[in-house]
Amino acid sequence: MPVEPFTRVSGFVAALPAANIDTDVIMPKTFLKGIDRNGLERGVFHDLRFDEEGAVRPDFVLNQAPWTRAAFLVTGANFGCGSSREHAVWGLRQFGIRAIIAPSFAGIFFDNCARNGLLAIEADDPTVRMLTECAANGEEITIDLEAQTIKAETGTAGFEISQRRKFMLLKGLDAVGMTLQWRAEIEAFQSRYLGARAWLA
Amino acid sequence: MAALRTLYDKLVGSHTVRPLDADGRDMLLYVDRTVLNEYTSPQAFTGLREAGRPVFRPASALGVIDHVNSTRPEKIASPQAQADDLQMAYFVRNCRDFGIELFDLYHRQQGIEHVVMPELGLALPGLVIAAGDSHTTTYGAFGALGFGIGTSDIEHFLATQTVVYRRLRNMEIAVRGDLPAGVTAKDLIMAVIRQIGADGAQGHAVEFTGPAIRGLSIEGRMTVCNMAVECGARGALIAPDAKTYAYLEGKPRAPKGKQLTAALEDWRSLRTDAGAVFDARAEIDAGDIEPMVTWGTSPDQAAPISGAVPDPALEASPARRRDAERALGYMGLSPGTRLEDIRIDHAFIGSCTNARIEDLRAAGAVVKGRRVAPGVSAMVVPGSREVRRMAEAEGLDRVFREAGFEWREPGCSMCLAMNDDVIAPGKRCASSTNRNFEGRQGAGSRTHLMSPAMVAAAAVSGHLCDVRKLEVRDAR
Repeated sequence: MPVEPFTRVSGFVAALPAANIDTDVIMPKTFLKGIDRNGLERGVFHDLRFDEEGAVRPDFVLNQAPWTRAAFLVTGANFGCGSSREHAVWGLRQFGIRAIIAPSFAGIFFDNCARNGLLAIEADDPTVRMLTECAANGEEITIDLEAQTIKAETGTAGFEISQRRKFMLLKGLDAVGMTLQWRAEIEAFQSRYLGARAWLA
Repeated sequence: MAALRTLYDKLVGSHTVRPLDADGRDMLLYVDRTVLNEYTSPQAFTGLREAGRPVFRPASALGVIDHVNSTRPEKIASPQAQADDLQMAYFVRNCRDFGIELFDLYHRQQGIEHVVMPELGLALPGLVIAAGDSHTTTYGAFGALGFGIGTSDIEHFLATQTVVYRRLRNMEIAVRGDLPAGVTAKDLIMAVIRQIGADGAQGHAVEFTGPAIRGLSIEGRMTVCNMAVECGARGALIAPDAKTYAYLEGKPRAPKGKQLTAALEDWRSLRTDAGAVFDARAEIDAGDIEPMVTWGTSPDQAAPISGAVPDPALEASPARRRDAERALGYMGLSPGTRLEDIRIDHAFIGSCTNARIEDLRAAGAVVKGRRVAPGVSAMVVPGSREVRRMAEAEGLDRVFREAGFEWREPGCSMCLAMNDDVIAPGKRCASSTNRNFEGRQGAGSRTHLMSPAMVAAAAVSGHLCDVRKLEVRDAR
């Protein structure tokens, strides 16, 4: 499925400075009962945003201006660990999040981001510190994927990304369609592979 | 001389269709098999339908209903139970329309996907198995590369038989010595996660080695590989050996006869070359491991049962101190409380980590002749119908029922509570599952992870308890 391309985006950054924020917290199970990708905005960090009665928790950062309109999150290490549920990424996108900056990401979550136009940036400590300060000050930042830069009032940081992932995000490409151009090659591989392994054919 | 390779390198090498970048880190990886469930697959099938794409090789997929179904026998007695549920009904339709075999709610082989695949003999050495569930790492117990993928990648697999894959770094976790009596595979992996942290293997494929790993049964190895994802491993491997081959012998869909002979020849090459270098390494001494329990909301927030709730103030790192303080607030625990003094409301034996027959036998041996403590609600959810039948043939169902446990039908149940098994806010559960995250077993629920035998001990004691203090006899 084609996704919204990511080129250059400006917006507020909200800080969630805990390590190991898991996908159960990002998207609780009550929001996993559907068969489409829609309607997940309310589920994002639901139990942190709302209390048992459904009332807004005013102390949670995403309930406070200007971060109610945050386009970016800066978080602790191993963000998105746990369950493989892609609903977490769909929900974050529907909530308006375009990029997440963290020291590290859990593997499945990292891949799910790339498939949905959500830019996951593995950043070094100085960058995470700079963005955490920007978040605390309620500043806007600009992320330029082509230039691989994060621009804040206090300075500009570069970031690394695999060229393949960058290309997919810039173009908003459909991965299945791209892969199917090698269909004949996959079929040839499969017949060689299964031919050598009679017990699998 | 060819370069020395790890088992992981060999599996990736034999499945690379083509490289996708100049340095060979990104590639198109051929995937042998998948198992699909009703909750992570619907949008993948919708994607195929909208693009008019068929499934590349329908025989390489098996559908199993496990996550959202009730496990209460009376609730699933009617065919309407499946037909009336949006996700189960759509899954039935998708499997039918795309020609994929399905174990639906009423199938005699239904169960939790990662319990069903091995008992059928579908998890084989040398395979790459990618599936829409993070605990797909379980298959590493057979020397197969199993890893979890999101829904977009399920669609990609179904349409192309491949995934776009980035090569991981290699990590060895060497487990020296032997596990002491009363200490299990679950305690071993919990001790590993505690030692290296919830992101200790992030970006790596882990190979478990050493005498303690060789000493484990295949079911124990599955528990270890299953939970390796809780320390960030995107693949967990144990080289196959005579135990692996013996386990697979006679499994309904495992190779037989001449095909088995050919397979064995291939499988015997599935080991890390002597002298191959790992990018990272951890060591742990099995002899030092005690029965483990978690006290926090991340699987690495764990301690030996003889210990106490740690004091966050003693944490050197400010970030870890903050996370520990938050965890204790959520868990309603105070520093210094002896772990054995923590009282429970629920005891849950189930999940893809610990609901196989050996797990039920171990728990049953603790429960036999005892009663669930007053005020504790306890249940056993077998991992599959096959496990349930075996347990009933051995009389384990009677042992559990007579002690006051509920005896359920198979499913994921209270491990993730996306069905009707939900723990109320503030209630505390001793659980044989894999995740103690905030809200995992229900909003506000408090989870303590441990082995099935330790859950059984907690159930009959009413509080967390060292199972080694209870006299145990074989329940059969």
